[in-house]
Amino acid sequence: MKEMIHTAFERTRSRRAIWDKAMIYVLSLCAIGVLFILFNILTHLFIQGITSLNFDFFTHLPKPVGEKGGGMANAITGTLTLLGLAICVGVPIGLGAGVYLSEYADLKFAHTVRFMADVMNGIPSIVYGIFAYIVCVLPMKGFSALSGGFALGIMMIPMISRTSEQFVRMVPSQLREAGLALGVPKWRVVVDIVVPAALAGITTGVMVSLARVAGETAPLLFTAFGNRFWNHSLMQPIAALPLQVFAYAISPFDDWHRQAWAGAIVLILMVFMINGWAQFYVMRRSRWTSGK
Amino acid sequence: MDLKGSIQVKDLNFYYGTQHALKSISMTVEPRQIVAMIGPSGCGKSTLIRIFNRMNDLIPSTRVEGEVLVDGVNIYDKNMDVVSLRRRVGMVFQKSTPFPKSIYENIAYGLKILGIKDRRILGETVEKSLRRAALWEEVKDHLGKSAMSLSGGQQQRLCIARAIAVSPEIILMDEPCSALDPIATARIEELMGTLKDEYTIVIVTHNMQQAARVSDKTAFLMHGQIIEFTKTTDFFTKPSNKITEDYITGRFG
Repeated sequence: MKEMIHTAFERTRSRRAIWDKAMIYVLSLCAIGVLFILFNILTHLFIQGITSLNFDFFTHLPKPVGEKGGGMANAITGTLTLLGLAICVGVPIGLGAGVYLSEYADLKFAHTVRFMADVMNGIPSIVYGIFAYIVCVLPMKGFSALSGGFALGIMMIPMISRTSEQFVRMVPSQLREAGLALGVPKWRVVVDIVVPAALAGITTGVMVSLARVAGETAPLLFTAFGNRFWNHSLMQPIAALPLQVFAYAISPFDDWHRQAWAGAIVLILMVFMINGWAQFYVMRRSRWTSGK
Repeated sequence: MDLKGSIQVKDLNFYYGTQHALKSISMTVEPRQIVAMIGPSGCGKSTLIRIFNRMNDLIPSTRVEGEVLVDGVNIYDKNMDVVSLRRRVGMVFQKSTPFPKSIYENIAYGLKILGIKDRRILGETVEKSLRRAALWEEVKDHLGKSAMSLSGGQQQRLCIARAIAVSPEIILMDEPCSALDPIATARIEELMGTLKDEYTIVIVTHNMQQAARVSDKTAFLMHGQIIEFTKTTDFFTKPSNKITEDYITGRFG
């Protein structure tokens, strides 16, 4: 018996070695594929858009058709405004829900809400736009920055709720007990100890969701609507980078196409910066909470 | 007897669901004494110590029968304010649990919760508590640093200082040294000796030598019952119970 197993082992040795090599090769190709796609997108963007990316692009309004130059200053500030509004809607509700689900809700309710959040995450973003149109744009009788921010904000809620619940749950229960044992009311333990301990994770979640909605076009089509000029009131339509890129990309003018590419570069850089800042913050924060 | 800082347990039964974890426990802890609780794993000693500040309330479907009197008042009474009880009965855990804040904030936090905002009082209390916990000299120059940057033994003393800061009467210690090296352990034990002129201390320990070194009285628990509870000197030299003798001589456990 022992002999038989040994010879079988010897017989298949080379075959196993080949499979081993082959699998590693295939997997590494997949990893390179990921890099290749990203690299391709970025080089394409830069080659097409870099010529229009100058100082004017960041400081000037779009020029009328036929005139050269101009920029997307209004769309850049518009996107920042919309993201700010989205944070005001998404973070309090998402974070509040996540903390409640982790600290107070019974498991069954938490499970149900988690499931609903996953369903919400799967809803196409245009549907959020329609929803915001019905509850915001129609009653207010007009497109507005506010409704655009609202649409992006409610998109962020399920993502933030999901991640913050997860990270708050990961805080060791001993830390909660230590707070309670000190004679601290439970809500203060949650606010002063548990949430700060999970803050790095929560911030990552917020930033990831922010980066995701930053590039959304569909929910803004009939909420923020877009604007070729500066926005002076949150009750007025507002420009946004994805909208501007979309409008310019489907236009028939070469100059506008180049501007659209440049807008896409700026959008991607903004997302990179948000992510990079989140990484930096998390690193600093975890150095503080882990004592290194 | 002065009741302040005393614990009296009268015919206590405790259940986790249907599991009968503590069986008709009766014991008295006198003020400013160190009482050690020892016994094999799962004997109920940690459950019992967590009865004294109602920490078991956090676990769902538990049930308590009987009376536990702290300062002569039944803490399982319906009208008991658990938050104020926990301020009077501090606790130090097995794993050190500094909050993700600075050293200063860790100590001052308990006072801030009580609404004390006066910088001078906070500063004085922080210093006094850290001195009391024999940590002041090591941390006085970097109170603003993260408490997580301290060593394990320092963190544990920080937790003791944090408990002391809100001036409790009783300090519960649930295996406070089990994650520490012998030198850090010796420091904590030394500290317990100086703390007992002001506080009642109940300590759960796996380490029989530690119980013998630090405590005035020792309780031996097994299967949720107190087998023997007597003066520590008698407990280790002339135990009255055969099971106690077998346990302390290392025949089991």
